[in-house]
Amino acid sequence: MSEEINKELYKTAARWQEGEYEVTRTAVWTAPGCHCSCGVLLYTKNGKLEKIEGDPNSPVNRGRLCLRCINMVEQVYNPERLKWPLKRVGERGENKWERITWDEAYDLIESKYNDIKENHGVESIVTLVGTGRNAMWQPAVITRTIFGSPNVSFGFLSADSCYQPRMTANLIKAGDCLIADCSQTHPLREARPEWKKPEVILVWGNNPLVSNGDGFLGHWLVDMMRLGTKLIVVDPALTWLAARADAWLKIRPGTDAALALGILHVVINEKLYDEDFVENWTYGFEELVERVQEYTPEKVAEITWIPKDLIIKAARMYANANNGAIQWGLAIDMQMAAMEASCLITDLMAITGNIDVPGGMVLQRYAYNRGKKYGSGLENISEEMLLKRIGTYESPIHESGYTPFIPPDKLLETMESGLPYPVQMLWMQGTNPIANMAGEAPRVYAAMKKVPFNVVVDLFMTPTAVACADLVLPVAMSVERNSFRSWWTPLRALTKAADTYEDTKTDEQIVLDLGKRIRPDRFEQYNTDVDFLDDFLKDDDGVDYDFADLVEKVQDWWDWDYTYKKYEKGLLRQDGQPGFVTPTGKYEITSTLFDVWGFDSLGFHIEPNEGPHTTPELMKEYPLILTTGNRLWGCFHSEHRQMPTMREIHPQPMMDINPETAAALGINEGDWVWIENRRGKCKQIARFNVGLDPKVVRGEHGWWFPEKEGAEPTLFGVFDSNINNLTTMGVHGPTHYGAPYKSTICKVYKVTPENDKELPSKIVTKLGGFGYVKR
Amino acid sequence: MSKDNEKSRYGLLIDYEYCTNCHSCEVACKKELDLQVGQYGIKVVEEGPRQNPDGSWEWNYIPVPTSLCDLCSKRVEEGRKPTCVHHCQSNVMYYGTIEELAKKMEEKPKMVLFSK
Repeated sequence: MSEEINKELYKTAARWQEGEYEVTRTAVWTAPGCHCSCGVLLYTKNGKLEKIEGDPNSPVNRGRLCLRCINMVEQVYNPERLKWPLKRVGERGENKWERITWDEAYDLIESKYNDIKENHGVESIVTLVGTGRNAMWQPAVITRTIFGSPNVSFGFLSADSCYQPRMTANLIKAGDCLIADCSQTHPLREARPEWKKPEVILVWGNNPLVSNGDGFLGHWLVDMMRLGTKLIVVDPALTWLAARADAWLKIRPGTDAALALGILHVVINEKLYDEDFVENWTYGFEELVERVQEYTPEKVAEITWIPKDLIIKAARMYANANNGAIQWGLAIDMQMAAMEASCLITDLMAITGNIDVPGGMVLQRYAYNRGKKYGSGLENISEEMLLKRIGTYESPIHESGYTPFIPPDKLLETMESGLPYPVQMLWMQGTNPIANMAGEAPRVYAAMKKVPFNVVVDLFMTPTAVACADLVLPVAMSVERNSFRSWWTPLRALTKAADTYEDTKTDEQIVLDLGKRIRPDRFEQYNTDVDFLDDFLKDDDGVDYDFADLVEKVQDWWDWDYTYKKYEKGLLRQDGQPGFVTPTGKYEITSTLFDVWGFDSLGFHIEPNEGPHTTPELMKEYPLILTTGNRLWGCFHSEHRQMPTMREIHPQPMMDINPETAAALGINEGDWVWIENRRGKCKQIARFNVGLDPKVVRGEHGWWFPEKEGAEPTLFGVFDSNINNLTTMGVHGPTHYGAPYKSTICKVYKVTPENDKELPSKIVTKLGGFGYVKR
Repeated sequence: MSKDNEKSRYGLLIDYEYCTNCHSCEVACKKELDLQVGQYGIKVVEEGPRQNPDGSWEWNYIPVPTSLCDLCSKRVEEGRKPTCVHHCQSNVMYYGTIEELAKKMEEKPKMVLFSK
């Protein structure tokens, strides 16, 4: 038995020959999608990927790999992959296409662009992107630098409810993002002398083992547990982590701000906070002391359904730890009080003295400050053009540039009303909105149909593409692509190992090709995709080496990211003074920016817009609270449904229901059930879950069926099991951030032959929708 | 310790306290053995979740090697670990002789040893 790495086989070089295989040591990140970039060994032969292994020499993942990457060969050579550009020949929705060349595709884009520029203004071109994929700066550059439009948005993700609230809260209060320190910032990992394990990790609103969200590899938590880290878990459902936690806080969905206030109440009134940090490094503590008084554990227990004693226990456990981390997630973003909860949880990190300490919450930037990501190309947009951003001036946080996106809900309203101007073209790169992130998916479907010209850049023919695209461009996968990753640390090369599949192109090549055609003045210095990468690595005081050098290094760890207590050392502020990047230079418990923007400068509880306290009448008809979006091991959001090996693990959409609730409704485990509210319905298979409150049910998201007919009315069955038939657009908290994706209401009943005559996909595409009138 | 014709018997030791059901072993094995849908060289089985009388939760997963498992003889010959051991996201799997694995098993509770 050997736990040593075999150094003969697992080299630390970037490339080597091993028998008949060329081995490339690199990382992968998109496509397919994922938020992480694990180190891998790609075994290729004659330009074809034959095998993949986790790289045991990568300090990031140390050989471990998730099932989706292990299944990479099946993904890359899946026969359903888009192979060449396709132009629509039938009507939208008929799924009829003709193969065209890339030149013909670019001719079409260029002519549409010229027409729009001439007759409507380039601002009427809008780009939509997906989540956390390595398709961030590329569509942003296409939109802003090439087309000249300022309008980039998430693919109808209502109220930007994915990491944007949490990131924004971190930025306005601490000036930088705060990440749970599981030793991942330094190549020596746990062996680094300065590092300490978190005594306690509060896992709040995510199941990181499955989701691996925001660049945090979930199984790092298991590494910490082995070292003795104790867990507190906040989740409405029992998770593997919750089952092993010292305290599982089974929260009512959408009440996280109240819980944070209750925990802060205990921490403050029992004086469990770090007095030195509060005294010297924070602004506005007294106001918080006052605010939390009304949120007693008793009151918070009533709001959140968490027993008072557990709230007190969790507060003491977290605050009494010498160093404690909070691994937080998407559930915090997906509620009305997303920003408020995010601010309060950030305050909890701060006043307990856990900011930028070993085993606490470390302040992180993108490695070597590389990568403008979604904000790329903003420097090419004039002040006058910025003013044309859709919906931006109705939201102070958007206006102030804390996000490079336009508000997705406002975009939908604009597409419906044509005000302030009609959208002429959607450019969708790495996003499949109606299958995945769009709230009120049928409404978004109808709005997208109205746009005169739509381009989808993707891997497979998706429901979104069939429904509304006029042109579909096939992209290369990660193993076929030269790129790099700077999301947190280390800086990682993504090295091309395999030939591009059929006539696909990399996202980078598409940027270059379009740039050369439409804005040659801005692209004359670039001849290859690698020229871009060199520029992106080096510009604005970046690294002093080229992409080819990064390929050799494989990864490069930035000392700034692994330096602790940067605020004491003057490493955060541009003026070199100690302190944080905030107006007061302190950690802002009371946000001065919120004051300026006219928001309550402290967090508070907001009831979900539908629920027992807000809509008791409606709950007579829809008596269950519906939460959504729990992750699947084998599928990243709406992706991977074409992969036989992943579908073996996830054959059908599953909804979780407490057996007691199911029994009362006459539902057996394995029955197909309708989940319905006043906006619409979808059907999924009932799975008993004893760890769920009897008043809460949970439905999966992202389901469509590539094995079904693509043409409407079937449309790959995209609306049949679509939980977003029930969610909302245009409903959010006062800051415009956070939509109640995870805290709406529904009823559940058995599917029968009588009530299953018309499938939802047909109802939406042919029969005029569910009849819900937006109020 | 029993010997099989003078040759050490090999096996897999699994620390099921930390098996999260991530399916990496299952898929890695399928790829190594080129198994079709429905076939497994190792399969994770579930026990629980169930609440104990003291209120704590019992929820265990154990990967069970099937008769198709050959302990990655080809990989091992090349000097690699079995692919399930290599890729396990929780690092709960160990490969070795029964003798050395049994010794390792003394280190902590909630481990299970499979002989092949």
